[in-house]
Amino acid sequence: MDNFIAARSQMGMSLAFHIIFATIGVSLPLMMTISEWRWRSTGDPVYLLLAKRWAKGTTILFAVGAISGTVLSFELGLLWPRFMQYAGAVIGMPFSLEGFAFFTEAIFLGIYLYGWDRVPGWFHLLSGIIVAISGVLSAGFVTLVNGWMNTPTGFDIVAGKFENIHPFVAMFNPAGIPEAVHMVLAAYTAAGFATAGIHGWLLLRRGRNRFDEVAIGIALLVGGTPVLLQSVSGDALARMVAAKQPMKLASLEGQFQTETGAPFRIGGIPFPDKRETKYAIDIPYGLSLLSFHNPHALIKGLDQEPQSDWPNVRMVHICFQIMVGCGSLLSLFALLAGGLTWKKPPLINHKAFLKALVLISPLGFVALEAGWMVTELGRQPWIIYHLMRTKDAVTSMPNVTITLLVMTALYVILGIIVVWLLSRHVIAVPDRKQLERAGVLV
Amino acid sequence: MSADVVLAGVMLAALVIYSLFGGADYGAGFWDLMCSGPRQQDQRALIARAIQPVWEANHIWLILIVVLMFSGFPAAFSEISLSLAVPIFLILLGIVLRGSSYVFRAYFTGSVRTQLYWGKVFSISSSITPLFLGIVIGAISSNGVLVKDGISESGFLGTWFYPFPLIVGLLSLSLFAYLSACYLTIETDDPALQNDFRNRALFSGFASLMAAFATYVVAGNAAQGIRDGLSRAPYVWLIELGGAIAALVAFQALWTRHYQRARIAAAAQVTLIVFGWGVAQYPYVVRPELTIYNSSAPTNIVSDLVIAVAMGALLLIPSLILLLFVFKTHRESISVDADTTTV
Repeated sequence: MDNFIAARSQMGMSLAFHIIFATIGVSLPLMMTISEWRWRSTGDPVYLLLAKRWAKGTTILFAVGAISGTVLSFELGLLWPRFMQYAGAVIGMPFSLEGFAFFTEAIFLGIYLYGWDRVPGWFHLLSGIIVAISGVLSAGFVTLVNGWMNTPTGFDIVAGKFENIHPFVAMFNPAGIPEAVHMVLAAYTAAGFATAGIHGWLLLRRGRNRFDEVAIGIALLVGGTPVLLQSVSGDALARMVAAKQPMKLASLEGQFQTETGAPFRIGGIPFPDKRETKYAIDIPYGLSLLSFHNPHALIKGLDQEPQSDWPNVRMVHICFQIMVGCGSLLSLFALLAGGLTWKKPPLINHKAFLKALVLISPLGFVALEAGWMVTELGRQPWIIYHLMRTKDAVTSMPNVTITLLVMTALYVILGIIVVWLLSRHVIAVPDRKQLERAGVLV
Repeated sequence: MSADVVLAGVMLAALVIYSLFGGADYGAGFWDLMCSGPRQQDQRALIARAIQPVWEANHIWLILIVVLMFSGFPAAFSEISLSLAVPIFLILLGIVLRGSSYVFRAYFTGSVRTQLYWGKVFSISSSITPLFLGIVIGAISSNGVLVKDGISESGFLGTWFYPFPLIVGLLSLSLFAYLSACYLTIETDDPALQNDFRNRALFSGFASLMAAFATYVVAGNAAQGIRDGLSRAPYVWLIELGGAIAALVAFQALWTRHYQRARIAAAAQVTLIVFGWGVAQYPYVVRPELTIYNSSAPTNIVSDLVIAVAMGALLLIPSLILLLFVFKTHRESISVDADTTTV
């Protein structure tokens, strides 16, 4: 394999795994804190047990996330030394702040785990909240860096180098905040629905029990609320892309020609050689309306740039369709479930509801990974948009294929271990004794 | 003192803390490999118990060093990650393998054979990381790392595969093993087990002294710069003297079985060795070309980073003290209700 492709594959593979670990690590603390709060206000031991289970899950994911995060921080230099040489100083601030958010998370997770009967109740709950907030901040800071790669700001270029750098202007680049919000909402959606789905499946298998029912309730709340907000956040992000990265918008929409009143395409396969997107359902004026809130707005097409500078339009467009499709299905489900919450008998007693839940539960993660494919592939061939090409940033070290193969094998093992640990220690059904003794468990 | 030097000092402090906490974890993994004799199983159980609560969270310190390096000294970070890619990759390999095999071994309930197999992976990978960490330190202290136009002048093996870095690798492995053995003596009340780890501490402490001596001798050829740095100013001598005294106190305490004192002295010894290296390396980040001054990011960035670090420390240090307090009371009560710890 060509070194450049191997380096891109290794980075993509490491990120794809890390995103899953990190996403669950961001969402579980919120679920565990909600559960503890329910326990403190109702005294129902099933909430306490659930909070402790999710705390254990948080610990596992935190440790695995620490490992895969360490790997990524080194890989930035190992694979892209020239990128780090030029951009390290500009993007260092959010990375450093992320380090501190991570520290805070570690410390308060420790207090949460070992402080059940050693700190006052309100402080224990507060520790859980701090863990949840610092997890969100970590995710946010890292995403700000990705935002900068898409809309680089906060510097002047003097003689081929970054000069007059303003780290906070760089940090709050135009793409940064919209991307970070979109990412955090996606994290809650993906992990919330996945958790609800797992417990839905277990509920179908092992029959009615409070443990799974309560878990589904909290997980659906954590997954279902953000997915509805995601449409607002997605709209803000799309308008930012339309304004700042018109070529990226053109490739995610499969828009080859520049036109006013451009249609919004649902589905379809772009054919870059023929410069058209076939088999799509067109919604007239849709894209202009969505991008600029004006049906006659001008949408720049890929024809504005030489074909050699296009990303892989077909992949980007298809991934974008997958993301939007999954997100829409999940939103529909969340709306239905939310609307029917007050009906009797409760939804959770319906097998059909549980089956539907199980069926759609992986879609959050599918959308998450597809969304990252859109933003990463859509930025190509640039590592820093319109400033540095990815191929100019890659290491001169030979045989990257070997490290790619080794790291892939290792991550697969790590992934299997995580799944196995979670199934054994977090979602396994508790026996009666555990429920009765929940108050004394540590 | 300029902001560059302060930032480099923070990184050195993080390296010291990583050696004291993370290093002891790695060392414990090394001893897991070397468990022998009639109390083999008890030794392994002691090691597993001792490293359980801290687990992989100590990598935070390593991440902090990496992040501050690429933000504050991007040129040095780029040069190190290019020319020392092979040992750095092996460090990562060690970290990932160690983390995965540790959880697998700790929670696996199947056959003893599989568990033993994962134990081997755990202990071998625990030894790989400190070895190559030392090799990287050795390589940036000698004069082999030079990058011109994105190409490493000595290739990818020539930058580190020669006696000086390799001996520094052995030095760091033996120091971590020594530190860990000293810590393990007070993690148990069983005198026989204490004695096992006391003997190991004495042995690995002696090995680290030999490695340190060898480093000094070999430095005459390969790393004259760092050797000059070690014998430069009076304060460097003071640090070396302090290290030597700490080593003597630690050995005496081990010999007379005063484990608490041995542990503190060994930690002081490792602190002074790492700190002494940093002072001898000054002003270089990567010898022979990149210094703290010529590889740093623009001044405003470095001062912003220093401010961010200071504010972070202001927030984190009280939290850390609180955590240690909670941990300590937790540990004391574990022995009382040991069988209620499962969920």
